[in-house]
Amino acid sequence: MQPKLTLLTDDIIKRILDEAHQLLLKPGVKVNNDEARELLAAAGAQVDSETNVVHIPEQIVRKALEFAPREFYLYDADGNPTVKYGGDAVQFDPGSSGIAMLNPETLEHDTTETQHLLKLIKVAEQLPQYEAQSTAVICHDVPQQIQDSYRLYLALLYSKKPIVTGAFTNKTVTEMIDMLAIVAGSKQASREKPRAIFDVCPAPPLIWSNFASGNLIALARAGIPAEIVSVPLAGAAAPVTLLGAVTQHTAECLAGITIHQLAKAGSPVVWGGAACIFDMKKGATPMGAVETAMLDCSYAQVAKSLNMPTHTYLGATDSKLVDAQAGLESGITAMIGALSGINMISGSGMLDFLSCHSAEKLVIDAEGIAMAKRMIEGVQLHTETLATGFYDADINFKGGDFLKQKITMKLFRKEQHLPSNVIDRNSMRDWKNAGSLDTFKRAKLIVDELLASYSRPQLGEAKETALHVFMLDLAQKAGMDALPVLEEMANA
Amino acid sequence: MSEELYKQMAQSIIEGEKEVAIELAQKSIELNMHPLDTITKGFVVGVNYIGDQFGAGEAFLPELVMAGEAMKAAVAVLEPELLKLGEAREVMGRVVLATVEGDIHEIGKTLVGTMLSASGFEVTDLGVDQPADKIIGKALEIDAQIIGMSALLTTTMVRQREVIEELDKEGLRPRIKVMVGGAPITKDWAEKIKADGTAEDAVGAVQLAKKLVGKE
Repeated sequence: MQPKLTLLTDDIIKRILDEAHQLLLKPGVKVNNDEARELLAAAGAQVDSETNVVHIPEQIVRKALEFAPREFYLYDADGNPTVKYGGDAVQFDPGSSGIAMLNPETLEHDTTETQHLLKLIKVAEQLPQYEAQSTAVICHDVPQQIQDSYRLYLALLYSKKPIVTGAFTNKTVTEMIDMLAIVAGSKQASREKPRAIFDVCPAPPLIWSNFASGNLIALARAGIPAEIVSVPLAGAAAPVTLLGAVTQHTAECLAGITIHQLAKAGSPVVWGGAACIFDMKKGATPMGAVETAMLDCSYAQVAKSLNMPTHTYLGATDSKLVDAQAGLESGITAMIGALSGINMISGSGMLDFLSCHSAEKLVIDAEGIAMAKRMIEGVQLHTETLATGFYDADINFKGGDFLKQKITMKLFRKEQHLPSNVIDRNSMRDWKNAGSLDTFKRAKLIVDELLASYSRPQLGEAKETALHVFMLDLAQKAGMDALPVLEEMANA
Repeated sequence: MSEELYKQMAQSIIEGEKEVAIELAQKSIELNMHPLDTITKGFVVGVNYIGDQFGAGEAFLPELVMAGEAMKAAVAVLEPELLKLGEAREVMGRVVLATVEGDIHEIGKTLVGTMLSASGFEVTDLGVDQPADKIIGKALEIDAQIIGMSALLTTTMVRQREVIEELDKEGLRPRIKVMVGGAPITKDWAEKIKADGTAEDAVGAVQLAKKLVGKE
C-alpha cells in the first residue's frame, strides 16, 4: 500500500472546482494570444476584444477535460517507457532553467554556460533517483534567441533519459519540436514515443500570455506533452489563503487544458505547477516553505479528483549554499511531494529561489529522494509469517543470529535503502580517517567520480550530424560563427 | 575440469550458498581432488573476494556473514579427509574471542569469529561477559597465539586493560598477542592499554590477526 498524504476533504475539493469554474466566468481569464482566443470563442466562450479577457463557461472546460488523456509515458533514447504520467507514480527530475551554478571551490554563484549544463546532465544521468533530465540551466555563452533550443540540443546529445524542458518563445518551441523529430526519426515517431515534455507557465493571476498560449497550441498539435506550470503566489499574485491560491491554480490549469484540448483534442497534458507562498518580510517566493509544499499537495489532490497526471516543483531550497537549510528544505519537501503521489517532481539541485543549480546538491538530494521513495514503498509483507518463521532451529539467542539467515541476505536490499557515501554512517574514527568530511565535501567527491565515469551515449552518426546541422543553422542565423566546442564531440 | 569446479566453489561462497558449498566439497572428495587444493584454490578465493568487496563498500554484512558460514561448512566437510591423508589445513593461528566482563554485546565479535574461521584461524569463542581469568585460562588451555576482546560500552572497555595487565603480570606476552575491538575502541585506546592492535571491521580484524601471527 502506497502511503498517501492528503490535506483536503472531498467536500473542499468539490468547492475548489466549483469556485474555479466561477472564476473562469468572472473575472474570466486574460488570454494574450489571438489564436487561443479564437479557439475559445469558436467553442462558445465570450471574448472581450479590448481587454483580451475570456469568460469560459463550465461546459467547454468539462468537454476539454473529457478528451485529455489520463495516462501517458515519456520514453528514453532507446524507446523504453521510463516515465509514467498518471495515477500515483512518483518520479523526480532536476530543476529547470537556472541562471547560475554554485562553484564548489569559491562558493560563488557563477553565470551558467555550456560547461555547467553538461556537468549537471552528466551527474543526473548516473543517479537513478532522477527518472528524467531537465534542461537545467540557461547557457549564456549562446545568443538568447537560441538558448531554449540549445539546452535541448545538449540534453539530447548527452543523455538517454526523458527530458523535462520548455520554451520561452513561440518560435523556439517549434524549433525544439523539429529537433525532437530529428532524434526520433520523424514527427510521427516523436509523437508516438515522446522523449520530452514542455513546461508551459500561465502568469498569475489568471493570465495566459501570448507565448504560453502559443506553446500550448503548438505542443498540442505536434502531440508533444505539455506540462502546465501554474505559479500562484499566495498573498501577492493569488489569494493569501492556501485554499484561495489552490482555487486560482485550478482555474489557471483548467483554462490551459481547455486551450490545449481545443487546439488538438486528446494530446497529452499535465496538471502541474510551482505554487508558492509570498514571503511577507522579503517579498520573496520561498520554494522551501512548508506552505509551498502544502499548496502542491493540495492541488495534486484536486488534479487526482479529475484523474489528471500531475507535476510540481519541490525538493529545492532558498539557501545560497548547500547547507543545513538546503538539506532540511529539500528533504522535507521532496518527502511531501512523494507522499502526495505527484508524477513528476522537479526542483532537485536548486538553490536560491530556483535560480541557482548545484551538482553537489543533486547528489545529496538524490539521497533525500531515495528516502522519500522508500517511504512510499511502504511497509511490505515479504514473508508468510511475520516473525515466527525466522526463529528456526539455528536460533541460539545471540545478537547476530539473524545476520546468518539466508532470508536476511535475500531481503535486506528490499527492506533497506542502501545510501551512497554522501550519507555518513561511519564510526567516529572511520569518519576521521576519511578526512572528517562534511556532507558537501563528500558530495564533491561523488560528483568528481560521476564526471570521471560518465560516457556519452551514442545517438548514431546520421542523427547526431542532422541535429548538429540543425543547431548550427539556428546559431548562424543568430549571428554565431560556430557552436561552443563540446569536448566529447571533438571527433564528430 | 577442476578449474571449473574451483570457480563454482568460489561462487558458492560469494553467494553465501552453504548447501551448494557442502555439495561441491563432497563432489571434490568423490573426484579425488586434494582437499587442500579445494580449499585454497576454490573456496578461499571466494572468501577473499567477498572480503575485498566488503572493504570497498560493495558487499554488505549479511553477504559477508553468509560467505563465512558457507566457508565454515565446506571446510568441515573437507577436514576429515585431510586427517585421513595425515595432513591438516595449515592453521593460521589459534584465537580466543570474548566480550569482556559486564558487557553482553557481541554481534561484532561474532562477525570477527566467523571471518577468522573462514580465513583459516582456529577460533574459540567464549561468548559474552567473560572475566579475565576465564579468557586467559582458555588461551593457555588451547595454546592460543591471540586473544581478541570486544567491548561496546565505555564503562566496560576498561576491562580490556585488566586482561592485558594480567597477561603481563603472568609474563605471557608477547607469546599471546591481544586484539581489541568494539564501537568505542580507538587506535589511541589500543595503544594506551598496550594492546597489539585494533581494526575497524571484521575484514580488518582478519588482516590484523594475520599480521600478529606473522602470516600476512
